[in-house]
Amino acid sequence: MIAGSISKITGPVVVASQMTGAKMYDVVRVGARGLMGEIIRLERDLATIQVYEDTSGLMVGDHVESTEAPLTVELGPGLLSSIYDGVQRPLPVIAAQTGDYIERGTVASALDREKKWPFVPVAETGADLVGGDVLGTVQEGRTIVHKVMVPPRQSGKLAWIAEAGDFTVDEVIARLEDGSELTMAQRWPVREGRPYTRKLDPTTPFTTGMRILDTFFPIALGGNAIIPGGFGTGKTVTQQSLAKWADVDIIVYIGCGERGNEMTEVLTEFPELEDPRTGAPLMDRTVLVANTSNMPVAAREASIYVGATLAEYYRDMGYHVAMMADSTSRWGEALREVSGRLEEMPGEEGYPAYLATRLASFYERSGRVETLGSDDRVGSVTMVGAVSPAGGDMSEPMTQNSLRVTGAFWALDTSLAHRRHFPAISWTKSYTLFLGQVRGWYETNVAADWLIHRERAMSILQKETELQEIVQLVGPDALPESEKVILEVARMLREDFLQQFAFDAVDAYCPPVKAYWLLRVILAFSDAAVAALNRGVSLHQVLDTPIRDTIAGLKTTPHEEAITFMQAYTTKLSEEIAGIEVL
Amino acid sequence: MPPTAAEAAPSRSLLSTDYRTLEYVTGPLIFVHNVHDVAYNEMVSIEMPDLSVRSGQVLEINGDIAVIQVFEGTRGIDVDRTSVRFLEEVAKVEVAPELLGRILNGTGKPIDGGAPVIPEKRLDITGAPINPYRRDKPADFIETGVSAIDGLNTLVRGQKLPIFSGSGLPANELAAQIVRQAKVYSGEEFAIVFGAMGITHREAAYFMQQFEDTGALERVVFFLNLADDPTVERLLTPKVALTVAEYLAFEKGMQVLVVLSDMTNYCEALREVSTAREEVPGRRGYPGYMYTDLSTIYERAGRIKDNPGSVTQLPILTMPDDDITHPIPDLTGYITEGQIVLSRQLHRRGVYPPIDVLPCLSRLMNLGIGEGKTREDHRAVANQLYAAYAQGRDLRRLVAIVGEEALSDTDRRYLRFADDFEKDIVGQGEEGRSIEETLTISWELLAGLPMGELKRVRDFIPKYHPHAAEPQATEAAAAPATDADA
Repeated sequence: MIAGSISKITGPVVVASQMTGAKMYDVVRVGARGLMGEIIRLERDLATIQVYEDTSGLMVGDHVESTEAPLTVELGPGLLSSIYDGVQRPLPVIAAQTGDYIERGTVASALDREKKWPFVPVAETGADLVGGDVLGTVQEGRTIVHKVMVPPRQSGKLAWIAEAGDFTVDEVIARLEDGSELTMAQRWPVREGRPYTRKLDPTTPFTTGMRILDTFFPIALGGNAIIPGGFGTGKTVTQQSLAKWADVDIIVYIGCGERGNEMTEVLTEFPELEDPRTGAPLMDRTVLVANTSNMPVAAREASIYVGATLAEYYRDMGYHVAMMADSTSRWGEALREVSGRLEEMPGEEGYPAYLATRLASFYERSGRVETLGSDDRVGSVTMVGAVSPAGGDMSEPMTQNSLRVTGAFWALDTSLAHRRHFPAISWTKSYTLFLGQVRGWYETNVAADWLIHRERAMSILQKETELQEIVQLVGPDALPESEKVILEVARMLREDFLQQFAFDAVDAYCPPVKAYWLLRVILAFSDAAVAALNRGVSLHQVLDTPIRDTIAGLKTTPHEEAITFMQAYTTKLSEEIAGIEVL
Repeated sequence: MPPTAAEAAPSRSLLSTDYRTLEYVTGPLIFVHNVHDVAYNEMVSIEMPDLSVRSGQVLEINGDIAVIQVFEGTRGIDVDRTSVRFLEEVAKVEVAPELLGRILNGTGKPIDGGAPVIPEKRLDITGAPINPYRRDKPADFIETGVSAIDGLNTLVRGQKLPIFSGSGLPANELAAQIVRQAKVYSGEEFAIVFGAMGITHREAAYFMQQFEDTGALERVVFFLNLADDPTVERLLTPKVALTVAEYLAFEKGMQVLVVLSDMTNYCEALREVSTAREEVPGRRGYPGYMYTDLSTIYERAGRIKDNPGSVTQLPILTMPDDDITHPIPDLTGYITEGQIVLSRQLHRRGVYPPIDVLPCLSRLMNLGIGEGKTREDHRAVANQLYAAYAQGRDLRRLVAIVGEEALSDTDRRYLRFADDFEKDIVGQGEEGRSIEETLTISWELLAGLPMGELKRVRDFIPKYHPHAAEPQATEAAAAPATDADA
């Protein structure tokens, strides 16, 4: 056993002496209460430890003991619909133990040890199994079939497998010929990505139901994106919308250093919300990791790795998983705080110099992969990280380093938020690198001319930005009618297409097909209006028709009804405008 | 309440040692050598050469050296005769329901000359984080009587909503007005916990006067750390105040409104200590852990399941040079659930309260409004007011360049709307307004815009629009003018 004693305490960082033999990132228990910590630096027999809990009351000389294992999470049935803290302790269990407040040194098992799960064997005795092969299945919640897999790096001939029946996560359900016993649960170190056979090119879009994202800045399943924005621009609402509506099987939502009341909102809302595809509560496919801002800072640093490992586990079963981290900046700050306590040489703005490396290795855990195991399952982890740039200044290190390793940038804009244009995603600053990869999917599944309409809409909005500069100088009336119509169409694009009300029952989720038709209708209006102007009709005549009002009402019309209506309406509105007589 | 560190620590000898081993004094910090059995965050009592006593707290222990911050400052401390005694407990405050109506110093000792408070409990001032799973969703509307808040940035019970002010702006007046008028719909009155950090004597007197005039004093606990009181003591004040607030709310079932003024002074104190410890500075010299530190204050608001009480926070902070991107307002905004921003421009124009609604936000607004809480049209009206006011403000910039003549009639109406909005809705003056009144005035102003522009309140026009009966007339009046402009 490796055990030593405390020689220095500064905030969440503790130095212990006589720790010869301890390894980097091993978990240790500190003091009489056994506070959980992790070794982050070794110097001869001195181990520097970041403690996941408040260190008040610790004394020099207190006992420190190494568990001689890195920080791991427990993986198995029962993860879904759980809510964990940053080191995978279930918050309801903590509440049952210590009441309304979280106290230190609480030990709580991640999975319910008592609960019996209905195990159905799949593998047959005598089969040669490799890591990742499915032993059997468990129905987890109403919708997800949990696949019990051989842990990676284990293999052998299956000597015995349990009959179908109810088992706890600790009961042995299979034995390999070499004598190793397997249960439904396995452990994995959080800082190490779970292995897979190979990475695949992401080609299917990650459908979010948000028009601006699906149409203008789509990402692929297995891709990654960041949402940076100052406070009050709607990062959290956007993340929550994604968690509610994204077209994936599993959601891992990490509240990393954010508000307690917001986590409560997620906690009370998700069980009530229905998964639009299965009708089951959204919570049935969700794992929450909540480490609010006033919870210990070192656990905040660990929380995103815990989340990533949970996501990878479900990916390995062949599911599409979306992982939301709100907010990665708080993780970066935790890194900075610990680095400061270690008296490391600071990089930019006090962040440690290894910030970029850590970010890169974290985001690289996303991807679409062929999983381990012999049945060629394909799964993916899509990561969306919120970034909270200090002062809304996007040149700060967290934003810039994240940009270098992620594939899409969904920039939130304070001025849009101020005028209550939501989602406040800027169409001029955002970008995506996945367009080329997902374009094919849209052309097959939405419309062959999808890209053309997207580009046209983008160019109208771009043109509007330029025209606005002129308007600022000379006023809108100085513009010719042909340019005024562009401003009108751009306004329609902004109000009737880009703006989306997350709290409206219909508008909260917009399928890509409906988004496409909305775009087509607005562009058809634009074409017809330009043609009418060329005939000599005045812009006011065109605008006085009820067409604009009809279009404005479309986004809140139920999807099927709206799509059917729009397919006919595209021609109808053109005819209507063509019928306006020149005065 | 969590057990204290002292309980957790192994018991020490009954004879506590007085250390006379001070080796180094810098800023608010002293370094004591050869110490044994000292706990992190432990409180200490320091006996000065003149036998007066000061208090401090252990910030760091390195081997046998303890770094201690002295709350009353280090003036007069020497390295020779000053002695230090470790108190074997973390910072605590004595609480009792009788604290209501009392004035205490920044560390929770009565200074109003009244009878000593008989403590019911002694609580650890750091508190413990509320388990997110045990939190209850804030959902009850608080009527503050201020239209710009009630109508557009509704405060909800259990929320933390700071006021971002600038030097010379009437943030204190606004806070006092809110304290005076705030009520929940059930009619229950708020208990008020007021934490004053580094405010001037004049400001403190103003608040006292306000509470006295309205008879609110007996439901106020006043923590007073004045500008000339020791800086480092300020680091305890909000924690002490919130511990009392949590006690009143979650153990005595009261509705508690906590006003903290001024958080900027708190952050300055934090920076002072950090600099003295020679820590690696973050932005503008503030320590890298300021976000975490602030969050342990602001997050102590909310409601707990199966508990009738609530803590609602109204911190006030001064934005240095009116800069909202300064680390103090910036980090605050990332933790709190919205912000109320005061504007110097409106203040100069004599608008009171000078709330600039555009950068304001209440994240929990949707939870506290709507049918059964305020009124069904509340959300829609707020959205419409925002959109119209933003447009009016944009047009003002345009008018500055091209003149009002170049605008269309609709644009001119927007311009007038923006003016009226600032005058009638924001600039309501001292008197309070019910939410009904706020919404009625809003509809009157919106009626000045063409009916076709009111997209966001379309569904409620028949019921609430003052001219709903004669929509055609309004449209007709607008239309010819527009044509003439074209």
